[in-house]
Amino acid sequence: MNVLQVRDLAKRHGRKDNLVRAVDGVDLDVPAGQMLAVMGPSGCGKSTLLHLMGGLERPTGGQVWLAGERIDTAGERALARLRRRSVGFVFQSFHLVEELTAAENVELPVLLAGGSPRAAKRRARHLLDQVGLAHRARHLPWKLSGGERQRVAVARALANEPLVVLADEPTGNLDTAATNEVLRLFADLRGMGQTLVLVTHDGRVAASADRLISMRDGVFVEDTWLGGRTGQFDGLFAMGD
Amino acid sequence: MQDAILAMLAKEPSHGYDLGLRLRRALGPLGGSMNAGQVYVTLARLEKAGLVVHERSEESPARPDRKVYALTDAGHERVAAWLAEVNRPKPDLVEFHLKLAAASASRLADPVELVDAQRRELLRRLAEAQRAVLAEPEGSTGGLLLEGIALRLQADLRWLEACERVWSGAGKESGNE
Repeated sequence: MNVLQVRDLAKRHGRKDNLVRAVDGVDLDVPAGQMLAVMGPSGCGKSTLLHLMGGLERPTGGQVWLAGERIDTAGERALARLRRRSVGFVFQSFHLVEELTAAENVELPVLLAGGSPRAAKRRARHLLDQVGLAHRARHLPWKLSGGERQRVAVARALANEPLVVLADEPTGNLDTAATNEVLRLFADLRGMGQTLVLVTHDGRVAASADRLISMRDGVFVEDTWLGGRTGQFDGLFAMGD
Repeated sequence: MQDAILAMLAKEPSHGYDLGLRLRRALGPLGGSMNAGQVYVTLARLEKAGLVVHERSEESPARPDRKVYALTDAGHERVAAWLAEVNRPKPDLVEFHLKLAAASASRLADPVELVDAQRRELLRRLAEAQRAVLAEPEGSTGGLLLEGIALRLQADLRWLEACERVWSGAGKESGNE
């Protein structure tokens, strides 16, 4: 089953001489459980694509289907509900609420979706445990390291058991150790069957995915399968003299 | 590899088999890609070059692999020089750079396509390295080597982005994202 389907999707800004084709007619199917990375230089349209797929922006052409439901034409209320319940977002700069503890940040989406305070607490405890931060639950974000903050943000994205997690440069503000923390977490999520779409210009993030799409000037220029190989680093390390 | 083997012999004279084990241990998960014969071939070369000598071991003459290798004075000097030397980046960047220039000048190949092919290969290797990094427990020394490899590949990928920008003729940093 495809969690996400995109058909001839376009987002254009401006007119005539100033026309910018941020996304210029792309097709994409993301099967359930796939970890997909979209990679390209800044300005290639990858963030716009992510926003269109998550209902944060409306396309100027084409269609977006989320689990068989068309979302590009959905009304504002339906779209807001969908963003709360069906999609989990992870951003480069974490976007945690600084006044709330790690646990409260994770509880928030459950409460906003109509869950009881008790259910929210239970869910937050479970998720923080899953991302390895049970011992940080009562900390405010500024007391956490970058990697920890992003893991809290991932826990929050998972709060309402979304159909898909959409991550925009999730390691953009992280050093290499913290990048590994977050990539380890994504690998765990993939192992549990979570569908993930990441846009990035970080080769290490892209290389962690099952599938990699390269984007340039609003179009896909390459679609590569990276997952499922068992080969050991034969080419990695030349042992010659 | 020659230098690594010499450095291991600097600690104490050893059998080829033991050297192979120690090398594999030092390499962590990468040790699997090393074949046992390489150690013996390397030792033979080092002996020819006068950097090591061997003698027959007396402990267990029944076993076939009974040559014990030791460093010569020249071998000791080479180890010291190797350890003191600063590692230079491998020259493959230079070669690839010249390849792009030659492809463009001769019109025998499109430099941007060469960049694409190179990127595919780097990403393939990076995917393998990254997967291996994540499979290692945090803080293991074997993982540290893999992480270094992953970071280098990442740096090469970033350089390819710059190559693509220049060779595709126009800077495309319009920032319309």
